[in-house]
Amino acid sequence: MTKLPDDRSEVGFTDYKPAYSQVQAAAEANRCFYCVDAPCIAHCPTAINIPEFIRKISTANVEGAARTIFSSNILGMSCARVCPVEVLCVGACVYNELDAPPIEIGKLQRYATDAAFAAGWEFFAAGPDTGKSVGLIGGGPAALAAAHELRRLGHAVTIYDAGGLLGGLNTTGVAPYKMRADQALVEAEWVLKIGGVEVVQDVQVGRELGFDELQRKHQALVIAVGLGEDRLLPLPGAGLAGIHGAVAFIREFKLNPVDLRGVRHAAVLGGGNTAIDAVRELLGLGVPEVTMVYRGSEAQMSGYAHEWKAAKVDGARAAWRAQPLEYVGDGHVAAVRCARLGEDRRPSGESFEVPADLVLLAIGQARLGVFAAALPGLEVADGRVVVDAEGATGCPGVYAAGDCANGGKEVVNAAAEGKRAAQAIDRYLAGAPGARGVANV
Amino acid sequence: MSRLAPGIAPDLRSNTGGIITPNPFWLASAPPTNSGGQISRAFEAGWGGAVWKTLGSPIQNVSSRFGAVHYKGTRAIGFNNIELITDRPLEVNLREIYEVKKRYPKHGVIVSLMVETRDEWKDLIKRSIDAGADGLELNFGCPHGMCERGMGSAVGQEPALNERITAWAVEYSTVPVLVKLTPNVDEIGPHGLAAQAGGAHGVSLINTIKSIIGVDIERKVLEPRVGGLSTNGGYCGPAVKPIALHMVASLAREERFTLPISGIGGVSNWRDAVEFILLGCSSVQVCTEVMLRGYRVVEDMIEGLTQYMRDHGYANLDAMRGQAVPSYSEWGELNLNYETIAKIDASKCIGCQACVVACHDGAHQCIHPDTNKAVRVPVVDESECVGCNLCQIVCPVPDCISMVEVPNGLRPASWNQHVNEGALLRAKKGVH
Repeated sequence: MTKLPDDRSEVGFTDYKPAYSQVQAAAEANRCFYCVDAPCIAHCPTAINIPEFIRKISTANVEGAARTIFSSNILGMSCARVCPVEVLCVGACVYNELDAPPIEIGKLQRYATDAAFAAGWEFFAAGPDTGKSVGLIGGGPAALAAAHELRRLGHAVTIYDAGGLLGGLNTTGVAPYKMRADQALVEAEWVLKIGGVEVVQDVQVGRELGFDELQRKHQALVIAVGLGEDRLLPLPGAGLAGIHGAVAFIREFKLNPVDLRGVRHAAVLGGGNTAIDAVRELLGLGVPEVTMVYRGSEAQMSGYAHEWKAAKVDGARAAWRAQPLEYVGDGHVAAVRCARLGEDRRPSGESFEVPADLVLLAIGQARLGVFAAALPGLEVADGRVVVDAEGATGCPGVYAAGDCANGGKEVVNAAAEGKRAAQAIDRYLAGAPGARGVANV
Repeated sequence: MSRLAPGIAPDLRSNTGGIITPNPFWLASAPPTNSGGQISRAFEAGWGGAVWKTLGSPIQNVSSRFGAVHYKGTRAIGFNNIELITDRPLEVNLREIYEVKKRYPKHGVIVSLMVETRDEWKDLIKRSIDAGADGLELNFGCPHGMCERGMGSAVGQEPALNERITAWAVEYSTVPVLVKLTPNVDEIGPHGLAAQAGGAHGVSLINTIKSIIGVDIERKVLEPRVGGLSTNGGYCGPAVKPIALHMVASLAREERFTLPISGIGGVSNWRDAVEFILLGCSSVQVCTEVMLRGYRVVEDMIEGLTQYMRDHGYANLDAMRGQAVPSYSEWGELNLNYETIAKIDASKCIGCQACVVACHDGAHQCIHPDTNKAVRVPVVDESECVGCNLCQIVCPVPDCISMVEVPNGLRPASWNQHVNEGALLRAKKGVH
């Protein structure tokens, strides 16, 4: 496995939700009402049978619990850590109706999946060889989930990953107090233990490797490339040192040591979950003062309220209704000058400066359109690959899953979509009813 | 019956066949009553009486001795032991009985006894009374070990033997004699009546139930494990309370039976004690709850019982004792035309559907999910609901499901009335 530097900055973070001990897990599992047609399942994109796996924890059948989780979601280990459970399964727990603490489903899932990784339990075997081959473009959660499901169904799989590290944003983008990069790499390796997945790394499909070649080699393709680089703001002073995209910055400190000792003030531009992550991470890395700069109000922020609440506990500041106008500084950024916006989000005429020796932009990532030209029938709209309910694009045999198709959601959505696309491809390759046409092979 | 005047504290004093204690809470003969030091601490904590761990023939104990049933994170809802009677020297026990009685003259010290021959009974009774015993309890109940030597439940299971040994004890005793009965019999009545015929002043029940508490599934050996073997033990704790209540109530409503009862079996809190008293007990004995949590549990027992008596206007235990006994009827006398159905309070329902699956898989298939999936409050098909209670039992929300009486206009009619007098019964429900 790829060895990451031991002194990379992410290792200084501790888990914000510590692992359960056996006693804690049993006590929490015993509280579960074991609902029928449970709301928590309905709110899990991968529809894990949550009450069942919790019951298995309560009877000390932890291996069975892990089997239940992974049967629905092969990325159950990382999802246990990174899912926004507050707005998914845990938010739907019937205990909320009693105004009582809901079941800590994420922590229980972590308990079972960590046990599986520690013990090396293996639950899945590749299906009988179908003679068909599927190419997956991308190596993140959607691609890994698709690869695993395709192998269970007996299809050969090749992953073409542009980067050198499998796991996509699970490896390079997850807040380290939720999951560290090495854990995501371990998971990717664990998923691929099913065997028969060829991994081609450091390859840009569409550049070094043509689509025509992929279409010759594979009977179906899955586009799971995620989103592109951070979008930056073409403001005056954009050339100053100390201005970075948030995703790139997060990747850097997760994989390498970064030195922020000289940074007194940092500003994060944006109001989404990446912005909140960046704020908390900068605080965790020792920056004394970190300000989130957002155009709207606190209530209008697209990031999760529970995450922002935690950021405030960490000491985050915010400049609401602030529109960046200019980066101020001499060679190195020193502040961001912002216009104060009114209720109508129009400039009020007032401006102010947010001191910042470091500026991170978390205003979204570029979306990819390169596939439209190369794959006839495939449409890109709003920067997303357009797919139907099964993940099929308009180009027969080409599917898409994860952020590139959904515009940027959670790991659990990518896992669900990757698996769903794999199952659709299986039907497509078999020419079964319901498939979009028969493969031209 | 004396009603409680407002502002007057209920009188908790208890009289069990002439054994007077400041309250009805006694420690049962068991490890918590093994020594004078323990019993002194128990009296300080508030216990009204203590039945000294059985004195008798010499024994040797094993290790380990206890086992338990744990359920869904709750430890020891059921408990068993393979410990025998006291293993301390008789002289030490007698000296400590003397010291405890001297220090706590108003508390009840009842000495449990178990020996074989008439002479042994005579000798041990005299020495116990000389030491200061307020009463004796004849251990005819122990279901393990001692019964293999012809004592304990071996006596309790034979009414003639029970009566004969009771008569010896009563003959030699100058203090009240209680006979402790074993539940390891098919009907308790003949055994209580045997003690009464022998002249006992009261009975105490139940002793423990013959049990195997569990199997160590890794070693394939019974628990509690004594090397590679184990043996059947005596089952007790909260799980046995229903069996104890049945046996107590059976004696309480037996017309020929007139003795006071000291109730034993799973008493863990004041509510349990209230149930035993309402079924005819003059005192209750506690062991398992104290073994698990200590003497301190008596504080809440006394407070809870006092408050209950206050709430229900009982001035003393005599006023309260046996009030639920008349409700214990033969099945054949139950009113078959009494009809209830389940009602779900939609404002309380949390949508867990526990009632749906229980009704579908475990009852009469009359509670259904709403056809509109967005509505998670289940629907009761009242034309099919037999009023069985299962939904109410599984519902995790207090007072969400209630069993509501349905006035059907029919006159009460029992099976006996139906058979004997042709009384009209309502149409059956849930029968297909």
